[in-house]
Amino acid sequence: MSALPPYASTGQRAWYYSFRVICGLIFFFLIAPIVVIIPLSFNAQDFFTFTPEMLRLDPEGFSLKHYRNFFGDDSWQTSMWNSLKIAPMATIVSVTFGTLAAIGLSQPHVPFRRAIMAILISPMIVPLIISAAGMYFFYSRIGLQGTYMGVVLAHAALGIPFVIITVTATLVGFDRSLTRAAANMGADPVTTFFRVQMPLIMPGVISGGLFAFITSFDEVVVVLFVGSAGQRTLPWQMFTGLREQISPTILAVATLLVAISIMLLATVEMLRRRSERLRGMSPS
Amino acid sequence: MADASNVDAFVEFERVQKSYDGENLVVKDLNLTMPKGEFLTMLGPSGSGKTTCLMMLAGFETATHGDIRLDGTSINNIPPHKRGIGMVFQNYALFPHMTIAENLSFPLEVRKMGKSEREEKVKRALDMVEMGAFGGRRPSQLSGGQQQRIALARALVFEPELVLMDEPLGALDKQLREKMQFEITHLAHRLGITVVYVTHDQTEALTMSDRVAVFDDGRIQQIAPPDQLYESPENSFVAQFIGENNTLEGTVKEINNGIALVQLDDGELIDCKPVNVSRPGERTRVSIRPERVEYNKDRLQEGVHTLKAEVLEFIYMGDIFRTRLRVAGNDEFIIKTRNAPDQVRLQPGQQIEIGWLPEDCRALDA
Repeated sequence: MSALPPYASTGQRAWYYSFRVICGLIFFFLIAPIVVIIPLSFNAQDFFTFTPEMLRLDPEGFSLKHYRNFFGDDSWQTSMWNSLKIAPMATIVSVTFGTLAAIGLSQPHVPFRRAIMAILISPMIVPLIISAAGMYFFYSRIGLQGTYMGVVLAHAALGIPFVIITVTATLVGFDRSLTRAAANMGADPVTTFFRVQMPLIMPGVISGGLFAFITSFDEVVVVLFVGSAGQRTLPWQMFTGLREQISPTILAVATLLVAISIMLLATVEMLRRRSERLRGMSPS
Repeated sequence: MADASNVDAFVEFERVQKSYDGENLVVKDLNLTMPKGEFLTMLGPSGSGKTTCLMMLAGFETATHGDIRLDGTSINNIPPHKRGIGMVFQNYALFPHMTIAENLSFPLEVRKMGKSEREEKVKRALDMVEMGAFGGRRPSQLSGGQQQRIALARALVFEPELVLMDEPLGALDKQLREKMQFEITHLAHRLGITVVYVTHDQTEALTMSDRVAVFDDGRIQQIAPPDQLYESPENSFVAQFIGENNTLEGTVKEINNGIALVQLDDGELIDCKPVNVSRPGERTRVSIRPERVEYNKDRLQEGVHTLKAEVLEFIYMGDIFRTRLRVAGNDEFIIKTRNAPDQVRLQPGQQIEIGWLPEDCRALDA
């Protein structure tokens, strides 16, 4: 927002400042709950509150014991590894199918494109608990309930809509004469896809993949239904941890997840900017 | 049309039809034969079917009916990437994520050509369009004219025998466009390639081509070398579409010794060359080029019919004078005269007499 022009009226001045205050309040409302858990996770006590020592910034009041507990505890470690096994696999599946679907649905000759799109996007719109219950009954019938594959597929189904939406958005600006040019120069459709189309829609694929990863990594409802003890993921462990033994270890885990998310977002943003530079566009 | 039975036809369209919706034909019964090495331009207003024809030749559209042959072989069932035809696209279609050299190298890579040979050919192609220093840049770092040259180089680098160009100069400014017109024609003739060029700019068509095919309503209205097309249009559409043209409407009175006597709607009589009128009583549209109209009595032939005209407007255009007249009730009758030292400048309001050679005045379909 530019500086206030010299001819601004009193009303404009008032709005200029109140606009900033409103923005600040919205940011506070969004970020405060997340920020507050970070210092709490360094609590030396087994409480969810700020101790008087912490408020005095006394080093005695802080410790890494909850982090030690997370890295030392078997059930936490197993759940972390489960999450790390499920989320990337689910991401790969979502990205592959989501990208293919987006490309297919961007072809003008495909019949019922809108209807197909709506069906593929529906996991985003249908309440999660309904999807989860539906998947539970369906997967039990076909023997996928309680298996690693089952959870991966369930999470992929949740991730696909994000990939479709982001890839479709990049395809809107995609110049179809580029694929024609490639074909004209002798490239078969597969070569054309990997050499021309894929590099250009990469930003959409990457952001879609990121959303799919986070969806799987954060997901608790579906995994409770579709998974079994063998697929106990990090969010599941946190959920049961909250219910059964209120321990600040959860705060340590949450802080780690926030850090991972920020790192992922930063990496992806950097990749996206690089790729847009390659496309000859100024990064936005 | 005369060489339709040419034995060494390189590109052939035989009774080709195209419909997108199964009802309306965009291309109706197209027949066209091109010898090797010809520069042919498809010219026409938008929606006339010229781009569809180009796309069918490139393989991006399939003909609904008929046969398209390249060097004697039907290419109806050959996918675009196996046709080996070069193409310059309207928006250049350079790959934005590759450098200029990578763009040019792409068609060679997909042909599994060795690295050193590729580099050699890319360098030669870039030098050919005087862009040798730009190999490391990206398309977005080049100006429109430079991108155009790269697109041209990329279409030629794999040495296709046939190159298609879809309004390649449409996005350039006038001066650059004229310069590129010459460069493209010179290059095409030097390399001996066959070119099918699509444009809606008639000047471009006339200056660049060996032959021009004028499209309208899904059909070729006339296909002829530029001078024939301009001087002997075969129907009113071509006469109107190519260059500036004056039309007068009338009825054929009689046809004698290859000269038609036409009575204009205001009653005056003129001599014309009958082109597609055959019998007295027929309605006709008479077409005369503005630069073939003469008003200097000394230069008019004996015995030709002349018409009275009133000067409405005189426009000085530098190299030529453009004068608007009222002739036989038509207020938009234009004559063009060269700005020569002895040329008379007509004044508005002046009454003059105009005439022309009968063969310059063509009686066409109404």
